[in-house]
Amino acid sequence: MAAKQGIKSRIRPISLALPLVAFIAITFLMPLGNMLKESVYDAEVADALPNTMRLLNDWNGVELPTEEVFRTIAEEIVVLQENRTIGKIGIRVNRVVSGTRSVWGKTARRVKDVETDNMITTMVEIDDRWSELDLWQGIKTAGQRYSAKNYLHAIDLTRADDGSIVSVDEQRRVYNTLYVRTLYVATVVTLLCLVIGYPIAYAIAHTPPTLSKILLLCVLVPFWTSLLARATSWIVLLQSQGVINDFLVWLRIIPDEGRLSLIYNMTGTLIAMTQNLLPFVVLPTYAVLSSIPPTYMRAAASLGANPVQAFVRVYWPQSLPGVASGCLLVFILSIGFFITPAIVGGTDGQLISNMIAYHIDTNNWGLAAAISVIVLVSVLILYVVFDRWVGVDKLKLN
Amino acid sequence: MKRNIFVSFAFLFAFNLNAAGELTIVSWGGSYAKASIDGIFKPFEEETGIKVNVEDYNGGLAQIRAQVETGNVHWDVVDVESQDDLIGCDEGLLEYLDDLELPDAPDGTPAEEDFFEGANSDCGLGNIVWATVIAYNSSAYENDPPSTMSDFFDIEKYPGKRGMRRTPEVNLEFALMADGVPPAEIYDLLSTDEGIDRAFKKLDTIKDSILFWQAGAQPPQLLADKEVAMTTAYNGRIFNAINLEKQPFVIVWDSHVRDFGQWVIVAGAPNLENAKKFLQYAARSSSMAEVSNRISYGPLRHSAWELVGKHVDTDIDMKPHMPTDPENSKNFLVNDAEWWAEHRDDLVFRFNAWLNR
Repeated sequence: MAAKQGIKSRIRPISLALPLVAFIAITFLMPLGNMLKESVYDAEVADALPNTMRLLNDWNGVELPTEEVFRTIAEEIVVLQENRTIGKIGIRVNRVVSGTRSVWGKTARRVKDVETDNMITTMVEIDDRWSELDLWQGIKTAGQRYSAKNYLHAIDLTRADDGSIVSVDEQRRVYNTLYVRTLYVATVVTLLCLVIGYPIAYAIAHTPPTLSKILLLCVLVPFWTSLLARATSWIVLLQSQGVINDFLVWLRIIPDEGRLSLIYNMTGTLIAMTQNLLPFVVLPTYAVLSSIPPTYMRAAASLGANPVQAFVRVYWPQSLPGVASGCLLVFILSIGFFITPAIVGGTDGQLISNMIAYHIDTNNWGLAAAISVIVLVSVLILYVVFDRWVGVDKLKLN
Repeated sequence: MKRNIFVSFAFLFAFNLNAAGELTIVSWGGSYAKASIDGIFKPFEEETGIKVNVEDYNGGLAQIRAQVETGNVHWDVVDVESQDDLIGCDEGLLEYLDDLELPDAPDGTPAEEDFFEGANSDCGLGNIVWATVIAYNSSAYENDPPSTMSDFFDIEKYPGKRGMRRTPEVNLEFALMADGVPPAEIYDLLSTDEGIDRAFKKLDTIKDSILFWQAGAQPPQLLADKEVAMTTAYNGRIFNAINLEKQPFVIVWDSHVRDFGQWVIVAGAPNLENAKKFLQYAARSSSMAEVSNRISYGPLRHSAWELVGKHVDTDIDMKPHMPTDPENSKNFLVNDAEWWAEHRDDLVFRFNAWLNR
């Protein structure tokens, strides 16, 4: 009886948590799993051209496929044309071999009623790109259900004709630069937030209640304003004919023809992101600072420490949990920042998330997913390092 | 309680009744959307009693794709660029228009002969011919104003920031034309690696001065704010800024790139029949002319060109402001949507890599 009760009392709290577990599984783990799958799995071409793919598996890749392969793909193209799905296949293969999209529509329109005993010649006559090995290689690649091509692509690598992995040519390298830039921006924004946010948090924690409420409101009101509205107001402030430049020109600090470029570049991204993310440092830091008893500082002073020493050796160490959690929040949020760099970032202020958005826009979910996984993994690695270094259990999240 | 339920049912019912006579049309916002609303949407509403809801977007297929793939389509008709029409049709995102009967010209010329060649496609019905042109703020270049595409790329002679759309489309063509390539050879050249390298090399010469825009309403704003001295822009937007807002802008017609805009119907559109009715209405020569008399985008039917006259509000003769006016057609390129549909994936990578270098 007692044992039964013991089990019951253990099950009850778990069962209370079940809805939450289900919620997390459905809204978080499932999309995550989907994303992982999407990044390595693509069945569109494989399902559309099953027989061709089976034959191409035995193809040596050095000479043109046999008459049988041509005949099979022609039959499958006719079916796809009837289902009106031929265009999708063209788009997929074109992604692997640029400049082959129109081969499919053109062939589909003309191969339908052909009676021929030499399909190779017929199809090459319809479009001579059928005689190019590149196209066939492309079909084979696009037809792989599982492949690492998205991951290779996401780190600026590709497969050479002989199957070895090589860097893409210099003119097409983009992602590695963006990972590095994103990390750089995240680091700078975190530091800026800390440098600006810490004194604010200190002021809020140690001023009389009426003043601290006003200060807190000053931090919170922009926080409650839409991200889009804030990004757009930065345009008004920062553009070359904007408020700040006008003011500086009026003060004669800068000449009229030497107005500063504060927006549509990296500077704009850093300024706007720092302002957007400031509350995430201020709030946890403030929560921790307000719990530090003022007596400690007085004790330090009475033991002979000057104010700087007292701050460095007594106050700062106690504020660390708040600072660390604030910085971690800002860092992770900046890695995924998207709207602000898109609006104020111009050319060199774009981050990796803008690329993810682009690929989703153009229906290249596989590549978008692969990049997202890489970003996710790097955040996890940073988190582990951070945990080793500071200890996550010490954090205080407001 | 009972009454409440009754009222809410009545509401639902009323809502449904209304939905039977509705149509959602998506256009590009700003002055172009306004011209379409006043020129076609409202008269269409009056003629048919179908209520038109207008939404804005910035081009691209992402929103259409999301609606079709989730089975939650609420857009009916969309005004798209010809390249998106081709890709959307291939992806199965758009309705085929093979059985759509188009109205003949006022003089009885059959529609097929009256429409510009290439204006219509499997899924698209041509609506306007528009151009990407260069425009500058005349206060920036008072003596010796720019007049060619080469001037746009000449930072020394014409200092100041340049605005360009953040896509490889049009910009690569502009770069090659500025480099002296005749329009007829542009796409052949761009099909080779050397051609692409050459285009990017030309873009490199002004890269530090370029400010990239994304929405069609931005370039006139950037010019007015003096954020840029010269920019690529859609000709109609600049026309409106000059004539309706009295901005000191000037259009350079040399080496402009022309493209067709098209109406498409989203696959599975909730108001398919109304959408088709609208397309038939929009295809009339008179409808096209109504738009062209409000913004300087040309009609896509020969018979509609005859109906283009004065701007409805300002009495400005519209023909000289159209891309298709002979005066403006001395040196231009027609955007090859087929070519872009094939090469876009690859060139966007190059373009992004170039942007981020």
